[in-house]
Amino acid sequence: MPLDKSLSRRTLIKASAGAAALGTLGAPAISYAQADAIKIGHITPRTGFLGPLGEFAAQAAQLAAEEINAAGGIMGRRLELILDDSPNPQQASAKAERLVQRDKIVALLGEISSASALAIAQVVQREKVLFINTGANSDALRGSDCQRFMFHIEAQNSMYVKAVGRSLIRDGLVSGKKWYSLTADYAFGHDLLNVAKRYMAANGGNHAGDDLIPTDLADFSPFLLKIRQARPDVVCLNLAGTQITNFLKQYAEFGLTFPVAGFGFDTALAWGAGRGNFGGTWPVVWHHLIDTPGSKAFVAGFQKKWNRMPENQAWGDYCSMKIVAQAIAETKSTDGMKIVEHFEKGAKFDLLKTREGYFRAKDHQMMMEMYAITALPAAQIKNQYDIFTSSPPVPAANESLEVIAATDDENKCTFRA
Amino acid sequence: MPDLIPLLSQILNGLLAGSYYLMIALGLSMIFSLGGIVNLAHGAFYAIGAYLAVTLAERIGFGGALVASPLIVALIGMVVERFLLRRFYNADPILGLLLTFGLAMVTEQTLRILYGAAPIPFSIPQELRGQVFLGDFVYSRYRLITLGITALAVLGLWILLTKTAFGKVVRAGVQNPDMVGALGISLKPYMTAVVMIGVGLAALAGVLIAPIAGVHPAMGQEIITFAFVVVVIGGLGSFWGVVAAAAIVGMTRGVAAHFYPAATEASVYLLMVLVLLTRPRGLFGERIQKFE
Repeated sequence: MPLDKSLSRRTLIKASAGAAALGTLGAPAISYAQADAIKIGHITPRTGFLGPLGEFAAQAAQLAAEEINAAGGIMGRRLELILDDSPNPQQASAKAERLVQRDKIVALLGEISSASALAIAQVVQREKVLFINTGANSDALRGSDCQRFMFHIEAQNSMYVKAVGRSLIRDGLVSGKKWYSLTADYAFGHDLLNVAKRYMAANGGNHAGDDLIPTDLADFSPFLLKIRQARPDVVCLNLAGTQITNFLKQYAEFGLTFPVAGFGFDTALAWGAGRGNFGGTWPVVWHHLIDTPGSKAFVAGFQKKWNRMPENQAWGDYCSMKIVAQAIAETKSTDGMKIVEHFEKGAKFDLLKTREGYFRAKDHQMMMEMYAITALPAAQIKNQYDIFTSSPPVPAANESLEVIAATDDENKCTFRA
Repeated sequence: MPDLIPLLSQILNGLLAGSYYLMIALGLSMIFSLGGIVNLAHGAFYAIGAYLAVTLAERIGFGGALVASPLIVALIGMVVERFLLRRFYNADPILGLLLTFGLAMVTEQTLRILYGAAPIPFSIPQELRGQVFLGDFVYSRYRLITLGITALAVLGLWILLTKTAFGKVVRAGVQNPDMVGALGISLKPYMTAVVMIGVGLAALAGVLIAPIAGVHPAMGQEIITFAFVVVVIGGLGSFWGVVAAAAIVGMTRGVAAHFYPAATEASVYLLMVLVLLTRPRGLFGERIQKFE
């Protein structure tokens, strides 16, 4: 078995770079061409640590498109959904541009990574195409980086922090208490840490320390040791994606008992941790146990089509698709600017919750109810999905929907002309 | 010296956590040393091992899965070696890279189609849960058990490679395949066996890590880059070099987590650069004629 002369030990070193590249390749766009259809683009991460959420997003968008077409399309025209993926900000930007210029989409939905959403925002602003962000949380996207053509059905970090913060204050975990945080080391995490620090400081909490976590980290044991040495009153996570699953499993493994809370969350990640591993209190924009006719129909429809329970990421993409269809029908136009103006006038939309929601004109953030969910003890868990209990909607029925959103002092948006 | 205790516990933890990458790195090193194939699909076998563990544990328990999953993956490895890898031993190395790169992607997508992209639930069996305390240092009982299994696997592999006739042929094949051929020994069945052992070890690591990390389709590529780095630092062809590198990589991560958390993973790549600058063959790399 003689070996080729060109093979050298250097090949191995180059190969490790190849291994690193495994995660960065994207998939081609899937489209079903049809004349005279209204085209809507959907772009979201399908691989990497946000990939599991992206799958829910894409499935929900397809379900919504099917329902819209089954009900006769939009103004009698068929809705055509074009799905694509965004493994990183560079590709997100390039693919958004291609969807707009080549496929002539009238609106773009999706994204989960705040870094990629920022890249997409610049494209849609230049091309004057509506973009509804369904999964990126950074306040900066609604503040210093806001764009006229970008709207957000995903809640901003401030809303997540304030929604779960009420539960933490109720449980006596804020005032005069020590909190320790782990923060994802990219745009989302940094932004969330700032918002969390501001909120906790304003309510009398003492920050015991923070560790920035590289997004490719899978073994949390060094940080579990640090948390144990810090002996905080509560551990707060500013993490995203499958890192939350890894953290939950290893936190249970090391037997740490400090209360856990998160300032961002997706239920699929708790479902993926397994019995006895999920703990703590977390904020969500939606969950499958919400007792409204709209949510029940969505859960049933999603389960029928995809044979799995929808989670909060699915909700955002499903509702956005319906919102765009409704807005096009109401304005009788596919012109991006007309739809932007319609949203800015405060058009109301059904969000499958108790109250309707609307995009706040000054920063394009959806004003809506949120929820804080708390893990059930292992003994009370009956199936793999119903592993938590939920708070009532936050804000409460007698409050303005805007009380949990960032104030002008906290996060100010100025749209450039 | 109370200030030193957190740092010492990080170093100790790192030493133990190094075993996380060890079994995967050893298999990679063996397959590359003998066949000259850089197996980018090694992480895929690790992922298959983990998914099989989840599926099998429901039926035959965790202990059963611990045995059955690596065996099944070794059989898959046999088929892959016989029908795919074997065609590329004498070819341009880039072809082997492309093949295994493709295999890794096909496997990941297949897992995604079968199980979905979201992590699937799996926990440490009740009887293996708990913690061990050593003064102020706390450690997971389950991780100590996995460390024991890893140590046994490494020891078994070492005995196989150094104390048996099989091992003698494999080591001779690494150094001088032409001479082995001249002696009338075909390396083909040995290569099949080496691939089976290599991917079987990766699957064993997959079973052991499944209860403490997310079981999701991309888990293979999460770990493969690190395993490569361990092989490069340890040095090609050096069994103990890879073992030492796994421990050093673990400790480096621990020290970085202590002083500068954001560089926990980056520190390992920095270490690799430093090692390559000073010792291009890795810490304990042997001079292997065919690779020079």
